[in-house]
Amino acid sequence: MHGRPRKPLKEEDESVLSAKAEKLRLLQSQFLANHQNRIYSKEALDLSAKLLENNPECYTAWNYRKLAVQHNLSQSDSDSVASLFDQELKLVENALRKNFKSYGAWHHRKWVLSKGHSSIDHEMRLLNGFQKADPRNFHAWNYRRFVTDLMKRSDEDELKYTEEVIGENFSNYSAWHNRSAILSNLLKRKAEGFSHKEKVLQEEYEHVRNAIFTDPDDQSGWFYHLWLIDQTVKNDAPLLVSSWPSRGSTITLNGHGNNRLHGLSLLNSTLSGTTTLPIILYFNQAVEGINSSTVAVKSEILKEDLVWKPLSVNNSSTAQVWVVYLKLGNMELQLSKTYSIEITIGYSAGIVSSNGYHYGYPSQIAFELCVQTAHTEPVEGQYPKLTSWKDSDFQKVDHFEESNFVASTDHHIPTTSNWCREAIDEEITNYQDLLSDCKIGKLTLARLLTALDLLSPEHDKRKKHTEEILKLYTELMKLDPTHSLYYKDEHSLVLLQQITSSEESLLPHCHYYKDATETNTSYVCLRLQNLLLSRMGSIKNLLWVQMLDLSHNELRSIEGLEAMQLLSCLNLSHNKLGSFTALGPLRSLKSLKVLNISHNELGSHSIDTRRYLCSSPLAHTEVFAWDRFEILCGSYSATKFWEAFLIFESLNLTDLNITGNAVADENFTSFIVKVLPTLKYLNDEEL
Amino acid sequence: MTAAEELSSYPPIDPVNFDLIIVGTGLSESIIAAAASAVGKTILHLDPNSFYGSHFASLSLEDFTSYLNSSPKSITAEKPSTTDSDYTFVNLIQKPLFSDAEFISCDSVEDSTFLRENSRKFNLDLGGPRALFSADKTIDLLLKSGAAQYLEFKGIDASFVYNANEGLMNVPDSRGAIFRDKNLSLKEKNQLMKFFKLVQQHLGGNEDEKISEEDLESSFVSFLEKIGLPPKIKSILLYAIAMGDFDQENGEVCKDLLKTKDGIDRLAQYSSSVGRFPNAPGALLYPIYGEGELPQAFCRRAAVKGCIYVLRMPVIFLLTDKVTGSYKGVRLASGQDLYSHQLILDPSFTIPSTPSSSPNDSSSESFQILSQRDIKGMVARGICITRNSIKPDVSNCSVVYSPRSLYPDQVTSVRALQIGANLAVCPVGTFVLYFSTLCNDADEGKKLLKASMNALLTLPGVQSDSEDKKPIVLWSAFYIQKLTMSKFEAISSTPTPDGNLNYNDLLDATEKLFGQMYPNEEFFPKTTSPEDTTDDDENGIIMENRS
Repeated sequence: MHGRPRKPLKEEDESVLSAKAEKLRLLQSQFLANHQNRIYSKEALDLSAKLLENNPECYTAWNYRKLAVQHNLSQSDSDSVASLFDQELKLVENALRKNFKSYGAWHHRKWVLSKGHSSIDHEMRLLNGFQKADPRNFHAWNYRRFVTDLMKRSDEDELKYTEEVIGENFSNYSAWHNRSAILSNLLKRKAEGFSHKEKVLQEEYEHVRNAIFTDPDDQSGWFYHLWLIDQTVKNDAPLLVSSWPSRGSTITLNGHGNNRLHGLSLLNSTLSGTTTLPIILYFNQAVEGINSSTVAVKSEILKEDLVWKPLSVNNSSTAQVWVVYLKLGNMELQLSKTYSIEITIGYSAGIVSSNGYHYGYPSQIAFELCVQTAHTEPVEGQYPKLTSWKDSDFQKVDHFEESNFVASTDHHIPTTSNWCREAIDEEITNYQDLLSDCKIGKLTLARLLTALDLLSPEHDKRKKHTEEILKLYTELMKLDPTHSLYYKDEHSLVLLQQITSSEESLLPHCHYYKDATETNTSYVCLRLQNLLLSRMGSIKNLLWVQMLDLSHNELRSIEGLEAMQLLSCLNLSHNKLGSFTALGPLRSLKSLKVLNISHNELGSHSIDTRRYLCSSPLAHTEVFAWDRFEILCGSYSATKFWEAFLIFESLNLTDLNITGNAVADENFTSFIVKVLPTLKYLNDEEL
Repeated sequence: MTAAEELSSYPPIDPVNFDLIIVGTGLSESIIAAAASAVGKTILHLDPNSFYGSHFASLSLEDFTSYLNSSPKSITAEKPSTTDSDYTFVNLIQKPLFSDAEFISCDSVEDSTFLRENSRKFNLDLGGPRALFSADKTIDLLLKSGAAQYLEFKGIDASFVYNANEGLMNVPDSRGAIFRDKNLSLKEKNQLMKFFKLVQQHLGGNEDEKISEEDLESSFVSFLEKIGLPPKIKSILLYAIAMGDFDQENGEVCKDLLKTKDGIDRLAQYSSSVGRFPNAPGALLYPIYGEGELPQAFCRRAAVKGCIYVLRMPVIFLLTDKVTGSYKGVRLASGQDLYSHQLILDPSFTIPSTPSSSPNDSSSESFQILSQRDIKGMVARGICITRNSIKPDVSNCSVVYSPRSLYPDQVTSVRALQIGANLAVCPVGTFVLYFSTLCNDADEGKKLLKASMNALLTLPGVQSDSEDKKPIVLWSAFYIQKLTMSKFEAISSTPTPDGNLNYNDLLDATEKLFGQMYPNEEFFPKTTSPEDTTDDDENGIIMENRS
């Protein structure tokens, strides 16, 4: 129960306790024997019931009950079916009385109900009892959603119910959450009275404002407010926000690197020594259904169907970024000829967001491909020089070739109606008094200003609040050190958004990389060092980058980097990357040749907390080359290396620097050399 | 058989010697009867009336009217000759506490017939408006004494504060209520909740979060000003939550300036009352069948412990020692003499200051005080019966009219309580409204009560605007009650009903009187019977389920 002090356990005699434990052990072993021998007699069932009433957490026993029901169902006539299920419901009720937060018990009840033999009316009565005893118990709320769905209770009634519960005590995350779920549903199907999103949201803003003003220290209201901001800002329908190549661009292919050294173009790219050309589609949210029927690529050079691939770390079929690789080697391209390629997206249905909205704004991208010098296989022994990241090797870029970079990459973004901006504006005015004096207030102000900037037209830069937002997050880091990592992340995102938003802000970070001895190779490198970045963002504006320097930041994650398909040189040195799993996004970077991950924290954390969020061989989501791993591993401890193997196995690095990490001992380097046969330089030394 | 004959044929009471004789079954008298019998005293509890409760009774409409209309009852018994007795006989005079009774009925024949025919279905409180806070001392006492088992309560659905412009506003008395409130601005909500938190922290016991001693001793109103609370919030806190009687912002008229610490105590009592009982939505409770149930419950408790009850039995003389003049006993209207160590009289009794024709009457000295009890002011009370609620969908509710809310020179708060048929005090389809305010004279009090009734109701004979949808009053009564304090002497006197909504002050006075009478006895000692061992005391109060 919430808000009630737990009563101290009554002192019990050692002997009484051990007798209890003995009894429970006996029950358990008898039950397991029954389970193994598939005994479903009345005595056996009573025994399992007794066990569950004493210990509702025994999941095996719930599963046994399910098997027993199925077994007995096949042998009973229709009259006794109902009583069979009633018996299960009764047992669940007793178990819940012992512990109403038992997952197993609630799940069993759902299972029984889903069989469709029991009365649902009783469930509402039971729920009302549970929810009166503890209005915040999320198990009960979960179950309520299940039951109301089953009995087809109207969303409007349920919405009213949440209003009542919130009215009693608004410190109730579960109730607010349920409200947001119901409202999303009502808005999506434009139910009567809910067809005007703005009207509904305005009422909700008003509603939650009362909670927040009454008690600004209570966070449940703020969380609902955050959801409202999100509803105000976001586009329900998926749409394309960025692509590479971008609309109207010209891509020049260079056989073996010979770039002109003049003004840098962000629109038109030059690729050197490449055999594949990626096409990247970047959406505003994760979508599925990108394939040759929903996205048409038209060009004379295409000979075969293209296979689109989602770029996601967890191998799901939905992703925000999708890529396709054109195999240039098969295309018989002619020198100095320009080929045009046209991509049309969304003219036929099938692109759907994860919450079920369809792609709303069909769009078209056309670009040109031009071959400058023929592709030649690199001659044996003629390898690229060691990449140095010294400041002396970089030279500032003076200007961009075109002056309207932002405008040119701008995809069709539906103009947001005025009320969104007005709503956010009004929220800022309303909260003026509260926002300055508590941490959640500052955070909300930062979020509101971010939302406002997002909604204001791109060209209207005078109204941007970046400086103010950054200042708020900096203050929050000091005010609330416990959550400083989160504030740092937000700070990083805003900063990156600012840097990438215009050519003026981007220019200072663009440099030519030109190593002293080589005269004809020159990359443009985006240098974002020393910016206190803890995560990456605004990738949609950085799809063109081939060389990226992120050194001397505080990166703990490089999520999002997987979309930067052109990346061939990456410097991640002097960051806080704590595990190989954090490097997961690199696995998608097929062009990556040079990687510097020196001076991070790889191997210094014994427990990798990110492992549960990311891919791992244990998660069964990856094809893990066990055979190869075992051969390479040899006598080394496998547990130490499998993560590194997972990352590097799919890369073709020529240059890797991994010094200054706890993991990088002699064994490890010799293992890495075996995993990466293409490697020419390791830790700044030629192999 | 005449009344006198009936009385004289009353069988003699046995025994004739008691530790204590109590005359009157008002709340204080009944509590003392229960408390004294709980510690083993032998008690005779008498009441000249045919009903329990004295000035705390709940009566039918007919009884109520005739009670208020009754002239001072004096049993004119001839003083017996004292020559053959060891005692002197002293007259006992009963003077009604209530005066200036005025009744207004509507002209409609239909309605008067309805009221007459349903007279018995009304249980009108003589001392109304009265209610209990869920967390106040009365509840604790009911539990401690065991009287709670004879009572059933129901929560008052809503508490309002009257505002000339906005009508009835909910009293934002809890976090949830502040959140739901429709009249407060966001800023006011924020300020009020902040103040609640300040008080919570103060009561929380953490030394650095306490309100300073200096602030605690200052007036509550100046403390609220110091914090910078706006007038609307200040008024709600002072009058609707801390229940201030007088205009706290006008030192000239304020006879009872609340100190911060008192204000905070009352606020704490109010907040801990909200939500104490699951079935009571607000802070207040009301006993089913009316206030009169409370004294009866204590009498039943006393009777269980051996207290003897005799109703319809006036006392006609006090017996005093011929030589010392000290109190010895009473002579009942039945003619029987009964003796006790101590005597308690309800506040309507007085003894003539100069007992007539008693040559060697040295006793007059000791009874002086009882006759000259100083009157501590007056309270004006009013009752209305209507067919409609003052707030649709709300049956039982309380209303506070803070000073100056009705007219500029209104110096006292008015408190009102509407009780509906589901509390069994009136026939289905009707409502009873109680009003009270402190006053200096009858006219002033009645004027204020009428103004507060007019604000929400249509009184008979008052022209109402055609668009007004105010409930029409079928019947109403106004009366003035004197306020006196309790007295402890050889013959003690209990306090009159006071002007408060709850019984806290009355209980304090009663407990004090008990302590003076029996300095070595505990006021309701904790019993260790198995029925009382339930760990949470909420179980002891019987709450009617919300209908």
